[in-house]
Formats: sequence, structure tokens, C-alpha cells
Amino acid sequence: MNNHNHILHDHERDGIDRRGFLKCMAWAGTGVLWTVTGGVLASRTLAEIAKAGTSVHAATDLSFLQISDSHIGFSKDANKDVTETFKIALDRINAMPTPPSFLIHTGDITQLSKPEEFDTFDQLLKSCRTKDVFYVPGEHDVLNDGGKLYRERYLKSVEAKGSGWYSFNKNGVHFIGLVNVLNLQAGGLGQLGDEQLEWLQDDVKGLGADTPIVVFAHIPLWTVYPQWGWGTSDSERALGYLKRFGSVTVLNGHIHQVLQKVEGNVTFHTAMSTAFPQPAPGTAPSPGPLKVPAGKLRSMLGLTSVQYKQRKTALAVVDSNLS
Amino acid sequence: MMAFIQKNKKTILLTTLVILNLCVAALGDDAASAGNKRNTIEIRDFAFNPQTLTVKSGERITWINRDDEPHTVVSVGKKFQKSSALDTDQQFTITAGAPGTYEYFCSVHPKMTGTIVIEK
Repeated sequence: MNNHNHILHDHERDGIDRRGFLKCMAWAGTGVLWTVTGGVLASRTLAEIAKAGTSVHAATDLSFLQISDSHIGFSKDANKDVTETFKIALDRINAMPTPPSFLIHTGDITQLSKPEEFDTFDQLLKSCRTKDVFYVPGEHDVLNDGGKLYRERYLKSVEAKGSGWYSFNKNGVHFIGLVNVLNLQAGGLGQLGDEQLEWLQDDVKGLGADTPIVVFAHIPLWTVYPQWGWGTSDSERALGYLKRFGSVTVLNGHIHQVLQKVEGNVTFHTAMSTAFPQPAPGTAPSPGPLKVPAGKLRSMLGLTSVQYKQRKTALAVVDSNLS
Repeated sequence: MMAFIQKNKKTILLTTLVILNLCVAALGDDAASAGNKRNTIEIRDFAFNPQTLTVKSGERITWINRDDEPHTVVSVGKKFQKSSALDTDQQFTITAGAPGTYEYFCSVHPKMTGTIVIEK
């Protein structure tokens, strides 16, 4: 591993330099291990880990897996069989030597919020040997009923508030699931809203600053590309409440590609979809589903594994594709 | 049997003529009354085209989604009925009401906005 796994030049003030960007591009299709210590980003590709003979899971206290944007019901050219690619993702989870403690689904379970699409998803998920799943909704899950059906189905194991936000603790890590796809305003971005933000402020009030925090929500909680609505208008306020914590990991979906950013002690990460890729910011007329050659599709779909070791502030985030 | 078929043929012919007449009548009405004029807004590449549409009160406005992504049509301030999620090639039609300027957006992708101007 070379010694340049930190930002050398940040001309755009966006937390990434050219070298970093090129590395991200190289990693996106191959899987990568991220470790974050004191806000400094270090990384190894999965190939490097394999070469060194070390296991990602060694001495790990908690591992969980993020899946996102399964879009069950989508059948357009970008992927005519999203059920099949979702199955492949589940097969990958079932094949992991150490099964993850639980899954986090960061939204867009379905394409059109139809009961039968939710049914298909639930049926497919039965084959997954990891049974605990925590959800946040995507805008595709709340299309016609403001998320009623979603909440009835996917919040049974949590004490959800408002339109479906909640928190829970696992192995000393505090997890926060936020909803930023409802009551969106004309011309705006994703939105958390006052009620949820007040709850968040109260939720973290009693926690020690050394408590690792994992926040998950569908739309990115950092401004990825506002022209396409890829951001959350009031996320700054949410992050303000989390500023005092030594380790904050933010996991999002929505944009169907891996993007990373580090700001102080906060690491932002977006996951691949299991259904179809979307274009890189600004590289297409719109963020609609990206059609790629059939042989390339699986390399652009994937899932994200996260490990946490106690007594270390680092959470390791590993993306792997389905090819 | 043959007589029945012939009678049926006659019925079909008559029905066809009636429908054709109705069509002609409808076309005639179209020119005279604004009620049947079609104003189409195409949704393509996450945008409403045209972004601003001017119509006369009583005219119909139809949105049609040409994207591979669902979109909605929602009035800012709930001034007209909202659509359900429109999948590819699905349409939504309203009849223009009171004169005025109406802003609307896609509640799934709120960056998508449009304006309807209704004249007397």
C-alpha cells in the first residue's frame, strides 16, 4: 500500500482530490475496505486484503450489511430482471464466512410502492439467512400513500416515531434511521423536517462523545449534486447535532453508485443498487436508469459491508459488486 | 345462421357509421369549444415539456410520462387534483379551472417544476 491514502489537493473543497477520485473509480467496480481513524481515510482494495491473507472479519465485534435500491417491480431496459439480481445479492450474503449480524436496507425496496412488489421482496428475503433487517424508506416506497404501507410492514421491530424514524443500539454503536423522502417541497431536495430534527437532537443528547454513530437514510445527507436533487436540504442541522461525536458514519442509497466523502469525523458513503446503475453526477441529461451492456451490469450493482471493532473508533466499509 | 351474420354485419356497419358521425361531430365541437382541446405536457429526462403552458379555462391538460422512472404532478398549495405515480407512458389529465398561474412539481423528484397559466 502506498502512503498517499489521504487527500493531497482539495481544490474543489469537496473532500476529494484527483488521486482520490481516480482511486474511487478504480474501487467502485472491485470492492474496497475503508477504515477511518480520527477522520483520516485509509484504504485497501479487496484484492489487497486477499493478497495479504487477512480476513476482513478477524477480531470484528460487529458486522452488518447495507443493501439498497432493490426497486422490485422495475422491468425496463436498464435491468429487466431486478428480482434475479436481488437474489444474487442475497446469495452473496448467504455465502459470507461470517454472516452479518443484521442488514440495513436504505430504501427504494420497490419501484412503485405496490403491495405485490412489497410481497415479492418479502418472499425473496426469506432465503436470506440473516433475519434482522432495519429499513428506511425511499421515495419509491411512499409514492401514493405517504408511506403507510411501508410503515405497516417494515417498522415492526423498532420503536418508530413520526413518519418512521428511529434509533437502536448494537454492541455499543448507536444507529439512527432517518426519513428524508416525505413532504418534499417544489424545487427542493430531500428533507428531514423540524419534528424529526428535534427528535434527533434529543435522541443523541445523553450519549457520550465516544459512542460510534451510524446514521442511515435514503437520500444522501451531503450535497452530492443538487441539480439532480441528490442532497438533503436540512442535513446540516442534523450533522450539527452529531458534531461532538468522535466517529460518525453516514450510509445512504438513492444514487445507485459508490461515492465517499470525509468531513472531520464524519464519513459519508453511498451504496450501489441491486437493481440498476445511475449515471455519475452531471454525466447524462438526467439521473434516470443507466443502460449498460448486459455483461457489465453486475459489476455496477452490489452491496456494502460494515465492520466495527470495539475500542477503535474505526468502522470499516467494504463495497462489493455482483459480478 | 347466414341471416344472423348478415344482420350482425349490418349492425356493425350501422354502428361504425354512427361512431364516424360522432367523431366528425366531436371534431366540429373541438373547433368551436375549448373543452376538447388537448394540451400535452411531456415528461422526459426529469423535466416537464413545455415547462410553462398557457391554456384557456375549460381546456384539458394531459401529462404523459416518457421516462423509465415514475413521476407525479402535484400542485403547489394543492390548487388542483394531484396525480398518482405515473409509470412509463402513463397519462394524467385535468381540466383547466379558474384563470390564474398554477405552479406544480413532481413530489418524487421535487427539482422538477412546471407552471400552468390559465386564461379566460
